[in-house]
Amino acid sequence: MIATRGPYSDVIRERWRRPRFRRPLAGPSLVAEDVNPLCGDRVRIMLRLDDGRVAEAGFVGDSCAICTASADVLAELVTGRLAAEARAVETADVLSVLQADIRPTRMRCVTLPLSVLAKALNGGVA
Amino acid sequence: MRLDEVTRRDFPVLGRVVNGHPLAYLDSAASSQKPRAVIDAMSQYYERSHANVHRSIHTLGEEATELYEGARDHVQRFIGAGSREEVVFTRGTTDGLNLLADALCASLAPGDEVLITEMEHHSNIIPWQIAARRRGLALRAVPIAERGLLDLEALDRLLTERTRVVAFTHVSNVLGTINPVASICARARRVGAVTVVDGAQAAPHLGLAMSALQCDFYVFSPHKMLGPTGIGVLWGRRERLAALEPTRGGGEMIKEVWLDRAEWNDLPWRFEPGTPPIAEAVGLTAAVEYLEKIGMDRVGEHERALSRQTLEALAALPGVRVFGPPAAVERGAVVAFTVDGLHPHDVAALLDAEGIAVRAGHHCAMPLMRRLGVVGTSRASFSVFNAPDEVDRLVRAVADLRSVL
Repeated sequence: MIATRGPYSDVIRERWRRPRFRRPLAGPSLVAEDVNPLCGDRVRIMLRLDDGRVAEAGFVGDSCAICTASADVLAELVTGRLAAEARAVETADVLSVLQADIRPTRMRCVTLPLSVLAKALNGGVA
Repeated sequence: MRLDEVTRRDFPVLGRVVNGHPLAYLDSAASSQKPRAVIDAMSQYYERSHANVHRSIHTLGEEATELYEGARDHVQRFIGAGSREEVVFTRGTTDGLNLLADALCASLAPGDEVLITEMEHHSNIIPWQIAARRRGLALRAVPIAERGLLDLEALDRLLTERTRVVAFTHVSNVLGTINPVASICARARRVGAVTVVDGAQAAPHLGLAMSALQCDFYVFSPHKMLGPTGIGVLWGRRERLAALEPTRGGGEMIKEVWLDRAEWNDLPWRFEPGTPPIAEAVGLTAAVEYLEKIGMDRVGEHERALSRQTLEALAALPGVRVFGPPAAVERGAVVAFTVDGLHPHDVAALLDAEGIAVRAGHHCAMPLMRRLGVVGTSRASFSVFNAPDEVDRLVRAVADLRSVL
């Protein structure tokens, strides 16, 4: 039986098993996608803006548990926020929700969704 | 006595405890660990004999030159090369393939064709892509057929009178497939194409004889066969090497230089500009001696047994998919696998938590991953120091994975 869990906190395991924001949005206002060249992971983030606020956020892609959990947490953090506020969300904000010991080699798994979000907010088109 | 029982104590790193468990290093296909003999030979060289090679008229320089050129003789014997002039030292397999793509494609005309395969490592794809773009060449790839073998009928269809180069891997770093080098080279020769073989995954495991392989060029990396990083071997058939124009200049590769022209040095130095990896050559000699002492037959036999054990045990686990030819077919010392519902990087991270080191991701073979329909795989690979109980640990841990994440 595997006793140690490496970087996989309860939050990551829960978000990986049952992500809340992993779905495509119909008619998104902003869309962006990027790849982690290290592992080939791909994340696509979709946002529906309403009156300058993120009314809805969703993501799809092929990604590991850490990256998936990061995208899921990020989508939750930005929902309901003004675009400018969403842009201000940082890696540290996501990490504090994930509650995990992420080593430098896996940090890109956390930051990929953040860079895709920034790309979307900077005018990614559907 | 089993091979690992003899060799294990020679590898200092295997004494390490990783995340509370004894290290099970199953990642030699990426880079193998080093026996004490290699580490000591390099330290001793730096402590006693280091100087630049070839033109140093002093004792240390002569010793360094003797050691460096001695490595060439060892490699010549190890790979069954016809002469020492055919053995060029590079920085690694990738470096050798880049050198060959540059030099071989320099004389090609737009519309000429270079043929690679679907199972190549990026290092045997990208240099040809760059050369193809530069020279207006057509780059084509031989597909893989069932069971992870190359489609040789497709190869015959893809070989045309415009095919100038056929570059392919001896052993796939993902599938473990051993390609029929001599047969592919014979087909390529019929259309007059030059053959380049990526031997990175073959040299550590198979006894090599260049004459039997019948290729024109063969490249590999000592760091995957118990030797140091930073040095590579490029073997070229004498007449092919002699016909090749150097693409990199500098000291050592010339005989005489004027301001507007130069005369190239003899083989193999013509392709070795600048100060070469001397300590690494010393380490390479020690690695070759270590492998020769065991005997490559025994090395291959041991690693094949571990691969077979892994393949059969993993394939029997529910939700686990293994790739490449079945256990009954002769394969290299790698086993790639996926676990349903788990990402390969998560698999590797969870195994690392158990002290088991495997590779995960696309293995620098993205076109192959696409062909297999996966983002990536996890891969266990073996060397002389691996033991069957390490395979047991791997299999037990993989069986448990889905309950963890």
